[in-house]
Amino acid sequence: MPAPMPTSGAAPRSVPRPLRDIAVVAFAQTDHLRTSDELSEVEMLMPVLHRVLAQTGLRTGDIGFTCSGSSDYLAGRAFSFTMALDGVGAWPPISESHVEMDGAWALYEAWTKLLTGDADTALVYAYGKSSPGSVRDVLTRQLDPYYLAPLWPDSVALAALQAQALIDAGDTDEPALAAVASRNRASAAGNPHAQLRGPVPQGDYVVRPLRIGDCPPVGDGAAAVVLAAGERARDLCERPAWIRGIDHRVEAHGLGVRDLTDSPSARLAAERAGAFERPVDTAELHAPFSSQEVVLRKALRLDDRVHVNPSGGALAAHPIMAAGLIRIGEAAERIRRGDSDRALAHATSGPCLQQNLVAVLEGDPR
Amino acid sequence: MPEVLKAPLVVEFPFTRSLGPVQSAFLSGLRERVVLGVRTGDGRVLVPPVEYDPVTSEELGELVEVALTGTVTTWAWNHEPRRGQPLDRPFAWVLVRLDGADTALLHALDAPDGPDSVRTGMRVRVRWAEDRSGAVTDIACFEPYEAGQAAAAHAPTVHDGRFADPVTGIVAPARLDYTYAPGRAQSAHLHALAERRVVGERCPSCRKVYVPPRGACPTCGVATSERVEVGPRGTVTTYCIVNIKAKNLDIEVPYVYAHIALDGADLALHGRIGGIPYDQVRMGLRVEPVWPDGGGHPDHYRPTGEPDADYETYKELL
Repeated sequence: MPAPMPTSGAAPRSVPRPLRDIAVVAFAQTDHLRTSDELSEVEMLMPVLHRVLAQTGLRTGDIGFTCSGSSDYLAGRAFSFTMALDGVGAWPPISESHVEMDGAWALYEAWTKLLTGDADTALVYAYGKSSPGSVRDVLTRQLDPYYLAPLWPDSVALAALQAQALIDAGDTDEPALAAVASRNRASAAGNPHAQLRGPVPQGDYVVRPLRIGDCPPVGDGAAAVVLAAGERARDLCERPAWIRGIDHRVEAHGLGVRDLTDSPSARLAAERAGAFERPVDTAELHAPFSSQEVVLRKALRLDDRVHVNPSGGALAAHPIMAAGLIRIGEAAERIRRGDSDRALAHATSGPCLQQNLVAVLEGDPR
Repeated sequence: MPEVLKAPLVVEFPFTRSLGPVQSAFLSGLRERVVLGVRTGDGRVLVPPVEYDPVTSEELGELVEVALTGTVTTWAWNHEPRRGQPLDRPFAWVLVRLDGADTALLHALDAPDGPDSVRTGMRVRVRWAEDRSGAVTDIACFEPYEAGQAAAAHAPTVHDGRFADPVTGIVAPARLDYTYAPGRAQSAHLHALAERRVVGERCPSCRKVYVPPRGACPTCGVATSERVEVGPRGTVTTYCIVNIKAKNLDIEVPYVYAHIALDGADLALHGRIGGIPYDQVRMGLRVEPVWPDGGGHPDHYRPTGEPDADYETYKELL
């Protein structure tokens, strides 16, 4: 019997508007690559910081708050985030913070900082180099150290348990999972930054029922976003992507306590971000495994009218710690370009979609 | 550009963790071939048991004993076991709901007949490890148990959770293997060290020379790329006297560890000072590197015999 997560009924409550209008005004990312041996983390990150600032004309000294997301475990480098800060130019001393989480959660912290009125602009960045280590094993170290981590259950194995639960429940099957994978990578053909673009064979099982094609590519990359509040956002960007709501929720760490075929935390985050008040036209989902898109589409009530993962999503490029922030950046970019008016961006963390963040972004009416 | 350097890097550490009362009872029980669950306020039995209700956060403590047989709730076939995993031959990862429990436990299922013999709903039982210490690995794995179909009949029985010599902590070893690549700037620095040269990089904006270079000017936030050879001589800007011998370090204490501003550098680096009694080292002392055989970082720095540097020449580098 799965633990129920409290949600209100089918009728979504009206979510109040945030205290301040805050928008994504710029986004940049690296090309995501299998390896980036020739670059240290700061060498990989710095061009992205320069590009995102150049889009707004801001300099480091103009930024009110800086927040980043990364994990030292990925590349095995202690305090790598302090080295990465070299790329910001943190002198004179800046107001700065870091989360050992995906950059989407760094963006959440920056958003709350802007809400308080302490700052009007924020730089958010995230990076991950998975190539130096074995990411399947590295991710076992985020698990419950008493009951899970001693068994070294790798990230693909845990996702495969979830995929089999979905198959048993009749929510999907292997051909449907293959279709998810191929649709994402077909979309990625238009994304010059993606690591896998166009058709990728499903290949052999990695951990059955998941095949190579159902799994995200392992690679290195970085991304950065600039946030701005109120009129400042309009000064910096022709069509800001206003954050109408953003929320994140977490489920129990015990996999056997959860219903792996559902994501009550994603649904609750979406509800509290106002996602269900009006339909979105676009959704960028952070679903590293094809099976997880099935869960998220159901939890987030996305039907075929919604353009899901026009960027190719995490199946096309999955720089860990940046892949969630990239979803927000890609959604904002489509709004800026006029390809979307209201978009949902999602980020996840932990095994089997344990923790989920949902942001609702909107452009000004045209 | 010279070849990018790479080297193996092993990060290995034992985590010592204490246990709460519920976890202690559960792991002590495994050692004694007993599986305990914990009952929540609404009557559900959680296995593995936790200290706090995952929904209500209520503190839990009512222990019950559940069966050693159970039902697979989902599974995944692992044809290539990885280091540290419960079995070294192909196996199924399983979530197992033990008879009498309402939640499932993650473990391995030894299924010698392969993936076609595994299905959700199949009956399994615990296979104990021969040597048990009070850890989740005291369960070696699960094994098929098609004989025992009477799942519904099992009612958990109350257990006081008391065991002689209870387990109060675990030591969880962790090892991760990496291939370390220091990147462009540091690769160039290390290549130069192999030739007994110290090469830094200059910031195009503030013109400061950083040694060792990390690829970016931390003040300006721009890439450094102009390579500048510095030293080899330098000045001790500040220092400390080390009195505690480090493990695995073949250096007699006391010794001096110093910040050294190499001539031409705008940032001091660290190094050990040798060739002079520790209590005669001083700020402003002029030093030069002593290279180890075969290249690499200087083993230590020794006095050059020059007059001490004037404080004004290095005060900005302190």
